[in-house]
Amino acid sequence: MDASVIAAKDLRVALVGLPNCGKTALFNRLTGSRQKVANYPGVTVERKEGHFVGPSRRRYLVLDLPGTYSLSPTTLDEAITRDVALGRLAGEQRPEVVVLVADATHLALSLRLVLEVKRLGLPLVVALNMSDLARRRGYALDRERLSRELGAPVVETVAVAAGGADELVRELERSGALAPAVASAAAAPAADWRDPTPEEVRASHVEAARILKAIGYRVPLRSRAAVQFDQVLMHPVGGMLILAALLFFVFQAVFAWAEAPMEWIDAGVASLANALNAALPEGVLKSLLVDGIVAGVGSVLVFLPQIIILFFFILALEDSGYLPRAAYLLDRVMGSVGLSGRAFIPLLSSFACAIPGIMATRTIPNVRDRIATIMIAPLMTCSARLPVYALLIAAFIPDRAVGWMNLQGLVMFALYFAGIVSALAVAWVMKWRSKGARYHPLMLELPDYQWPNLRNLAFGLWERVQIFMVRVGGIILAMMVLLWFLSSYPAPPPGATGAPIEYSFAGMLGRALQVVFAPIGFNWQISIALVPGLAAREVAVGALGTVYAMSGNDPDLATTLTPVIAQGWPLATALALLAWYVFAPQCLSTLAVVKRETGGWRHPLIMAGYLFGLAYLAAFVTYRVALAFGGG
Amino acid sequence: MDAVANNEVVSLSSLSKGEHATVLSVIEDGQSLGDEQASTIARRLLELGFVPGAELEVVARMWPGDDPVAVRVGGSMFALRRREAQAIRVRRGAAAAPTTDAGAR
Repeated sequence: MDASVIAAKDLRVALVGLPNCGKTALFNRLTGSRQKVANYPGVTVERKEGHFVGPSRRRYLVLDLPGTYSLSPTTLDEAITRDVALGRLAGEQRPEVVVLVADATHLALSLRLVLEVKRLGLPLVVALNMSDLARRRGYALDRERLSRELGAPVVETVAVAAGGADELVRELERSGALAPAVASAAAAPAADWRDPTPEEVRASHVEAARILKAIGYRVPLRSRAAVQFDQVLMHPVGGMLILAALLFFVFQAVFAWAEAPMEWIDAGVASLANALNAALPEGVLKSLLVDGIVAGVGSVLVFLPQIIILFFFILALEDSGYLPRAAYLLDRVMGSVGLSGRAFIPLLSSFACAIPGIMATRTIPNVRDRIATIMIAPLMTCSARLPVYALLIAAFIPDRAVGWMNLQGLVMFALYFAGIVSALAVAWVMKWRSKGARYHPLMLELPDYQWPNLRNLAFGLWERVQIFMVRVGGIILAMMVLLWFLSSYPAPPPGATGAPIEYSFAGMLGRALQVVFAPIGFNWQISIALVPGLAAREVAVGALGTVYAMSGNDPDLATTLTPVIAQGWPLATALALLAWYVFAPQCLSTLAVVKRETGGWRHPLIMAGYLFGLAYLAAFVTYRVALAFGGG
Repeated sequence: MDAVANNEVVSLSSLSKGEHATVLSVIEDGQSLGDEQASTIARRLLELGFVPGAELEVVARMWPGDDPVAVRVGGSMFALRRREAQAIRVRRGAAAAPTTDAGAR
């Protein structure tokens, strides 16, 4: 065979394995930064592909398939794994080699999956992952015998160590070079697949147990520390207290640690604006760049540190194995309003941003549970609402002590709390409305504890940062430019006495909207700011800044805006706006994601409608009550 | 361990924390799991390792209502809601194999 021909052909490799087997870590180890994340055609399951070049110069396209316990799917993710492996998914080529990633510390279930995957008829390589950890815990097996029993090569990998995938790469080179023809033939869609019957599942367990015995597999022992950890962390009372303390610490850290980097970003944006101001001649271009783009994008970019810190904790907790235990602790509470404990992880992410939160609901197998979680995710106070809260609290809530707490902090906490309570109430109403609801199982694996791996954390964080930056670069930038245009044109007529914005399109729009918003105490300036706030909530702050001062040479709008609104607005208006933003019709990008995830307009429309209704109601009640108590 | 007779056949949900048992069967008739997805749930329980003969240990039970429970089976641990746990028939007591490296570390 001609070596250059072989080298020229790419080999499509799919990684298959149980959840928590370290598959994604192995994927990161193999492909490094040569990854791209997209969706499978037509569905919303994340498709992670990367590539690497082997020593023979052959290129490997590696697909990280969603983790699964079997090829009889119970979730959308698991269905994708089966369909891709079978070559059934339209628009997706069938892989030519399957690498089955088995967790060496829990071989039994992985081995059973191997037996199922073998039926696919694809060339198979079994990777015993986490073999270092397993060995430290006293694991032993006869690898040659295992390979003979399975009829597939077996390699050891340590995804978290440099060079930990070398043995796998060597094996791929060897089997790939041997059988490109075989591989291509196998890569045709499998015609005669049917899901295994319960009898076959039982039989595969028996067979797996027989093989484990034959290869002399010694089950790695759990460390006593891990057992004691569980006694404490999963204790009905103690575990809850620890969870509460942990969440408190995380949120504290999000605010405290982000302070300095946020100031740097602010300062950086300010100096950029100053430089542009000095360098450019007066005119439209300067106004667009400084008032529109730099100020607008800067006001959003400033939340990057908070998002990074929150996701750092979420990813670290997830990697360590703690998050599923938190889901276990909260399942009962969340079950009482019709949610699954699994909803905890997506909802926690939603405190950073509802978009990754909604995408994370894919791990919830039941459709109704998943929709319920998606519908309430925007009620978790995302970091985009922070600037609005921060601005209004600084302007209207006195900075004084209440007991050992601070009144401003207390109001902030109350706003977060109001969001959570409303979310539970909405979930409860949804549960009550679907009376005939079926029973939803939990069946959640609680994996062994392990130290989070810094490299994997870095990969995960980088992915989030990219998502956020794309958002800033796309929709928010466009909205800021549009808003700048609307509030700059048409120019005021000669001899006009008011501020230029009053004569612009934005001014006209604001006055029209004021008819709707006057009953809840919003003036026309707020009404205008709400419109771009639909694109992204945080833009409302920038928009208010733009509206109040089209001069806007100071990009630090939040600080200059504070005295202006503190003098200009009645307290009742400020409180009503705070109440409005607890529910705040969520940003357009959230609605777009909901449409994508639910496959239609129905749910995003219901969501927008109910949030708008609740926001209006809450603001109305707040405004009227505040007026009655003399807050006018 | 209390004075309950060993070898008694019960559902997993009635085991107390720390108790060991051996799986007899997973009920698939939908009586316990409620509806047409019962067979899916039963199959997944099988796939997770709740197969006849498997030894398990109740690691933790949440309060109130002992729902959910955390069960260690075949080297893995799973959280099950009460109704999944009720669908699993077990025989109380088992030759408790050591699951920790007691003493080491």
